[in-house]
Amino acid sequence: MASGIETPKSFQEIILRLQAYWAARGCAILQPYDMEVGAGTFHPATTLRSLGTKPWAAAYVQPSRRPTDGRYGENPNRLQHYYQYQVIIKPSPPDLQALYLGSLEAIGIDLALHDIRFVEDDWESPTLGAWGLGWEVWCDGMEVSQFTYFQQVGGHDCRPVSGELTYGLERLAMYVMGVDHVMDMPFNDPQAPIALTYGDIFRQTEEEYSRHNFDGATVEMLFRHFEDAEAECQRLLDFPPEDPKTGKRIIMAHPAYDQTIKASHLFNLLDARGVISVTERQAYIGRVRALAKKCADAFRQTEAGADASDLAHGVAS
Amino acid sequence: MPDLLIELFSEEIPARMQGMARETLKKLVTDGLVEAGLTYAGAGAFSTPRRLVLAVEGLTAESRPVREERKGPNTAAPAAAIEGFLRSTGLTLDQLEKRADKKGEVYFAVIEKPGRKAEAIIAEVLEAAIRTFPWPKSMRWGAGSLRWVRPLHSILCLLHDEAGAQVVPLTVEGISSGNTTEGHRFMGIGRFTVSSFDDYAAKLRRAKVMLDPAEREAHIWQGAQNLAFAAGLEVVEDRGLLAEIAGLVEWPVPLMGRIPEAFLALPAEVLQTSMKEHQKFFSCRNAKTGRIEGFVTVANIETPDDGATILKGNLKVLSARLSDARFFWENDLRVARAGMQDWAEGLAHVTFHNKLGSQADRIARIAALAREIAPLVGADPDQAAKAAEVAKLDLRSAMVGEFPELQGVMGRYYAIEAGLPQPVADAARDHYSPLGPSDAVPSEPVSVAVALADKLDTLTGFWAIDEKPTGSKDPFALRRAALGVIRLVLGNGVRINLIDALDWAVIAGEARERPYLEWVLQAVTLKPDRRPMSAIYERLMTERRLSGWEPDGFAWSADAVGKETSNPDPDLVTSIGRSGWPYMGFSLRSRERNAAEHWPWTPLDEKRHSDIDLLAFFHDRLKVYLRDQGIRHDIIDACLAMPGNDDLTLLVKRATALSDTLKTEDGANLIQGFKRANNILSAEEKKDGVEYSFGADPKFAEGPEEQALFAALDQAEAKIGAAMKAEDFAGAMAAMAALRGPVDAFFTAVQINSDNAVLRRNRLNLLHRIRAVCSGVADLSRIEG
Repeated sequence: MASGIETPKSFQEIILRLQAYWAARGCAILQPYDMEVGAGTFHPATTLRSLGTKPWAAAYVQPSRRPTDGRYGENPNRLQHYYQYQVIIKPSPPDLQALYLGSLEAIGIDLALHDIRFVEDDWESPTLGAWGLGWEVWCDGMEVSQFTYFQQVGGHDCRPVSGELTYGLERLAMYVMGVDHVMDMPFNDPQAPIALTYGDIFRQTEEEYSRHNFDGATVEMLFRHFEDAEAECQRLLDFPPEDPKTGKRIIMAHPAYDQTIKASHLFNLLDARGVISVTERQAYIGRVRALAKKCADAFRQTEAGADASDLAHGVAS
Repeated sequence: MPDLLIELFSEEIPARMQGMARETLKKLVTDGLVEAGLTYAGAGAFSTPRRLVLAVEGLTAESRPVREERKGPNTAAPAAAIEGFLRSTGLTLDQLEKRADKKGEVYFAVIEKPGRKAEAIIAEVLEAAIRTFPWPKSMRWGAGSLRWVRPLHSILCLLHDEAGAQVVPLTVEGISSGNTTEGHRFMGIGRFTVSSFDDYAAKLRRAKVMLDPAEREAHIWQGAQNLAFAAGLEVVEDRGLLAEIAGLVEWPVPLMGRIPEAFLALPAEVLQTSMKEHQKFFSCRNAKTGRIEGFVTVANIETPDDGATILKGNLKVLSARLSDARFFWENDLRVARAGMQDWAEGLAHVTFHNKLGSQADRIARIAALAREIAPLVGADPDQAAKAAEVAKLDLRSAMVGEFPELQGVMGRYYAIEAGLPQPVADAARDHYSPLGPSDAVPSEPVSVAVALADKLDTLTGFWAIDEKPTGSKDPFALRRAALGVIRLVLGNGVRINLIDALDWAVIAGEARERPYLEWVLQAVTLKPDRRPMSAIYERLMTERRLSGWEPDGFAWSADAVGKETSNPDPDLVTSIGRSGWPYMGFSLRSRERNAAEHWPWTPLDEKRHSDIDLLAFFHDRLKVYLRDQGIRHDIIDACLAMPGNDDLTLLVKRATALSDTLKTEDGANLIQGFKRANNILSAEEKKDGVEYSFGADPKFAEGPEEQALFAALDQAEAKIGAAMKAEDFAGAMAAMAALRGPVDAFFTAVQINSDNAVLRRNRLNLLHRIRAVCSGVADLSRIEG
């Protein structure tokens, strides 16, 4: 390779190189959020932390679930459980494109040999009440990342604007390593005493969860849990800010947001079970969005999510 | 005379916005310069994905000084008026001049604006252009508040002539103008300084950027054709794709690849659409087989391996995409060969419009209508109905789910696989046409029948729910549908009375409701003590549930009837059943209105009214269409006033003949004679309060001219009558135009308002004959001039 960077040998090596790259560029390397989410954007480190004026820089792997994408492990590149690599920096630095291209080089993509393109793609998340402008990044005609400048989250204007990078790790890794079926991809070093492929780890779970998502999950329970999560989210936000026990101002924005995440995932499961009609679909998305907005409103009242000027004037204190 | 060079350097500008952005930048800046008093010789705008560039040649170095005089209030005017004048001019009282005026002494302000340097004007104009640039979508970035399409990084603004170049200083949100830029992202040579437009373009080229999008397009097209030719293929032309690709690359490098053998059996349209939509590839066709066998992709970089890695990657993505497409195709073929029943059932669950039922409801209506229309267009009614039933089934296919633009095209393939006759299959593809003014009009009878039925159903449906186009808003493309009907009818010489067709469409729409209605009628006409009240109520509620619509009024009336119990109010229920009889039309809007009066369906005359309104809409579209064909609007009005105006073929035949006749000398003059006769007659009829339609008697004819007119009218009447019967409008108009001589001679020789009351009455009755004979062909009173 012209750039002198070796091709990674395994899926985990790509993750490790991204972690090292973004750590070296000053990002806090966070761990995955411990809940079921549809994409790395749902991690509060992105959704909530993109609000308010406090500078922020984080990178993390996020296991993500899209129940409808289950293919029983048979499809070469479709999974109901997969990994995203997420970078979020606020305010977006002026050289974010260059930083991003550097990360591609770090995982073995020689920029002199490949055709990298920034192709218009406006990002919108109806469930989060969020949108931004940016691109999908193509490498030799394949989409390898989403690159977005957040304009609004939870109905709030993003000031300053966060830059968000999302790498679809399996697809990117398969391309870099020249693997045709995701299950054949080496997960750890193929020379390791116990070499494991992606399939060794996930083929069985893809089967189990595909069956669960499409046929197993109890619909009545999912509906009930959706209602519960919705009610709990609202209830947590209805508490007065003053905590009688500590005397402190404690707004439960994060616990409430957890319930939003739950509602969103339950909706995805119901969708996979095929019990949500076209017209109901919009209504459910609207209900999740309403929760996300309320959580964003609440987070903006906290120290982490307020504007610097508000803090100076004591609004959030 | 200096030249101006502006470059706005940013992150990647969406390809689709670049054309508009070039024009906008040029207009905003040159307009601003001219408004500020500068002139220029020429201007050109360019763009690449990362830059928007404007070059202005021969700019004046400073604006001309301007002297402006403004008249103010009288010197004796109230202080407030004088203060206002001072405020608006920015002067003080002692700076004003006093001048004598007709009404006394008034203040005058003389404002001198000295000439300004071009630099100052450019800086102002460019900053305003950047801040107000009308991007279709713009964004903020970082901690700033400036909006641009994507983050703006640098501004190059240079005024240059033989003596040298100087930066026009300006700063927008922390970005200061300069004289440097950079080239290609990966093949560039770092930042460099430029001194003129030529220097800029030349250095960019060295830094691997082709500035001019037209040059990039030409380069891509030439390169693609050469590659295809060398491979024994030809590139399928696609100008839209070419422009888009030229907006995605700064240094285009076309690369040619072959589609793997395994995918060559896919329909050509599938290959083309998949490659274009997902990967922005040009398709390459084998001229001998007609198959799509290759592609050209355009990279944005020259590589040491001549694009081998890039091509390999693209092929891999293509294979994954086409594997999906083949999976869809094979699954779809299974459903198609089994008769497409799965899709038909699926469409029952797809809403077309919440007030117009499901796609399956819609298809049933179109099929019923196509059956009625078929005989008029020479199609077999059974075949037309069958074609309508299958024409939209592909909407449920996996392939159309993935590529909506392939609707119809796939339908044709699947209909063939289902073993349906060729005309039925073709109708699946062709019944959407004509889509635009340049789209071809189907001519195969079955396609024509289904195409007409489809569009008429759409029009009557949306008319019924009062979703008509207003102003520039036409979300359901109803104008296009109406123009489609017009072109289908005229293009195929179809003889159809639109009012009848609209009625059929309405009847097709209500067919589903009729059995229910008839049942209610029977129930309510029973003796009061035998009426099955609970059952009537039950049917009402069931209908409400099944029909998928729930107007507020109806919900209210049904609830009032039953209060959601099994104990309905007998009087209310029977009044609901009765008041709608004997007719309900397919007008849900009217249902809502009438629901307030306990009945949701609409009576016949109201439906009729809706048809006439829709016919007027057709006539408006027809006028626009015929005006483009060179037929004046007053000629169309003259023909629209005649009976049978819902037969568009007849209408256009008449209008064309009239238009041709009016172009002849006789025709044009006859109109004058007709108008003269008509004006005199109308005036006298009004004055006398009678209608002179008793028939003129030739025995009162005095001179030879008057006698000749009687003879000519007899002759013309006979000829026109026969010609009209044969729909020979040209013949009828010629016979009418032949009246010109006798009519002119009559008016020259004869005085209408004779002192002799008998003669006067007879002549007015004669004028009435002129009017009557001429009016047999068209309402000539509507002709202008």
